[in-house]
Amino acid sequence: MKVLVPVKRVIDYNVKVRVKPDGGGVDLANVKMSINPFDEIAVEEAIRLKEAGKADEVIVVSIGVKQAQDTLRTALAMGADRAILVAAAEDIHTDIEPLAVAKLLKAVVDEEAPELVLCGKQAIDNDMNATGQMLSALLGWSQATFASGVDIDGDVARVTREVDGGLQTISVRMPTVVTVDLRLNEPRYASLPNIMKAKKKPLIEKTAADYRVDVSPRLEILATSEPPVRSAGIVVGSVDELVAKLKDAGAV
Amino acid sequence: MAVLLVAEINDGDLAMDATAKAVSAAAQLGDVTVLCAGADCSKAAAQAATISGVEKVLCAQDEVYGHQLAEPVADLIVSLAGGFEHITAPATAGAKNILPRVAALLDVMVISDAIAVVDSVTFERPIYAGNALQTVKSSDGKKVVTFRTSTFEAAETGGAAPVETIATVGSNGLSTWIEDTVAASDRPELTSAKIVVSGGRGVGSEENFEIIKALADKLNAGIGASRAAVDSGYAPNDWQVGQTGKVVAPDLYIACGISGAIQHLAGMKDSKIIVAINKDEEAPIFQVADFGLVADLFEAVPELTAKLG
Ligand SMILES: Cc1cc2nc3c(=O)[nH]c(=O)nc-3n(C[C@H](O)[C@H](O)[C@H](O)COP(=O)(O)OP(=O)(O)OC[C@H]3O[C@@H](n4cnc5c(N)ncnc54)[C@H](O)[C@@H]3O)c2cc1C
Ligand SMILES: Nc1ncnc2c1ncn2[C@@H]1O[C@H](COP(=O)(O)O)[C@@H](O)[C@H]1O
Repeated sequence: MKVLVPVKRVIDYNVKVRVKPDGGGVDLANVKMSINPFDEIAVEEAIRLKEAGKADEVIVVSIGVKQAQDTLRTALAMGADRAILVAAAEDIHTDIEPLAVAKLLKAVVDEEAPELVLCGKQAIDNDMNATGQMLSALLGWSQATFASGVDIDGDVARVTREVDGGLQTISVRMPTVVTVDLRLNEPRYASLPNIMKAKKKPLIEKTAADYRVDVSPRLEILATSEPPVRSAGIVVGSVDELVAKLKDAGAV
Repeated sequence: MAVLLVAEINDGDLAMDATAKAVSAAAQLGDVTVLCAGADCSKAAAQAATISGVEKVLCAQDEVYGHQLAEPVADLIVSLAGGFEHITAPATAGAKNILPRVAALLDVMVISDAIAVVDSVTFERPIYAGNALQTVKSSDGKKVVTFRTSTFEAAETGGAAPVETIATVGSNGLSTWIEDTVAASDRPELTSAKIVVSGGRGVGSEENFEIIKALADKLNAGIGASRAAVDSGYAPNDWQVGQTGKVVAPDLYIACGISGAIQHLAGMKDSKIIVAINKDEEAPIFQVADFGLVADLFEAVPELTAKLG
């Protein structure tokens, strides 16, 4: 079984995001970029499937600017076998929408014929939480989102999902698209030898045009703004003072 | 303009708070028709019919909708889409599973977690864990939108909309429900509670969470947790507040032993009053707290519980 893992290059989760003064988006120049944390978990899961003998090959794919090569190399260093970069934007500030990403991923799936696609639950930049579901729809496959447990057995996968009320377990027919949640696993660190080895693993470059997919956005971004800031509060000296303040404020 | 709103239903019951909040958002777009899909949704449909601003309720009853599996519910929604310009839902885990699928089947983008309706094609939504807000204008023929419930007031009840039973479209058998692991609780539900008490890694263990529970019970509050508390097994996953957990905006949020990472703040910084109890005076949570108490939570929280009420 081949496993395909889409990985997105995003601003590192530790970076304090700043909106550009002209309101034209978030400043990404000279900012640390990393693999989307959920996608790191998806890569880890795919590698574990390979180690368990359930997968033969792990292919990672990233869509966006050329710099996403680094993201792919990170995944290769963790243990993925080969990588596909789909260049679809020139400017690092251009974000390809989930619908277009899903269409490109569908084209890759049609070519590579994986039986499992492991996506992240959400990209921590646009916070859309949509691509995996959209890809599954375009393929006409089953979907299992927000997975905290995945158990593949022949032509079905048993997936535990994190839902609002707790956990839900479902069984999905393969091939399937699974989107992974934070508690599925703890991703490994790539060792130095593996980072070196990753440099020699195959990474091919394609363009959106190669797949004849139109990536023009459906949503026009009219403005990007800073959220309202909370005014600074006070530090109280004791529990009694806290209780008094809360009573004054009518909060309790 | 006609708006379809997919109701949130758990085990045959309408999630009234989430659905009513989404109704007040959707009503800004046009006449709202609520879709209730379930194995037996007559009860949920009757409840939805009482929400003011709802013009009509559609009741789609079939075993295959019993557990809100994405594939059959998305097919149902697509079968109804012709009559609507907007397809909307509260931004619950359930709807986030289903609506992007619907959008892709209709070849349109989805607009997730909208926090404001600017006009019928323009919406505001948070990005980067709420560190920026984006105003987006859709050029799609149909708009598929989920609304972040914490930013909308629930629509009143007292309406009496007609309920219509509709034909269902069956299942392609792609997925099957096996089980739900849901802890029953008498506490107010996290996303609708007026007060939320949350614990973080500082709480230290599942047993120690009793301290948090005692304060919550005293205040009739819902309970939340940081990701670190959930990952460490101190609290169940459905208590997680944050960028990738639940978003809450109660009148009062009390954070105990939580450092205040941006991913946590994303889920609670719109609370009316924030209290932080943390032994580290440098903890970033104090930057958003209205009232900060630098103290050991094992002393301060029980004392607070004793002194309230
Ligand atoms: C992709 C991604 C998504 C994430 N999503 C979320 C999310 O949705 N929600 C979320 O919460 N996090 C999320 N996180 C994790 C987040 O970055 C932080 O790691 C997490 O919020 C930290 O939890 P914490 O504050 O409980 O733990 P810590 O940061 O370890 O803080 C513990 C705090 O407890 C205090 N403390 C310790 N002992 C005591 C005591 N006895 N009395 C008083 N105070 C004490 C310490 O001073 C410290 O400030 C996400 C991270 C990533 C990468
Ligand atoms: N540009 C991209 N390149 C590769 N994978 C992506 C891209 N955008 C989204 N994805 C995948 O889809 C998941 C969900 O993203 P989103 O729907 O944007 O929140 C991510 O975690 C990735 O697995």
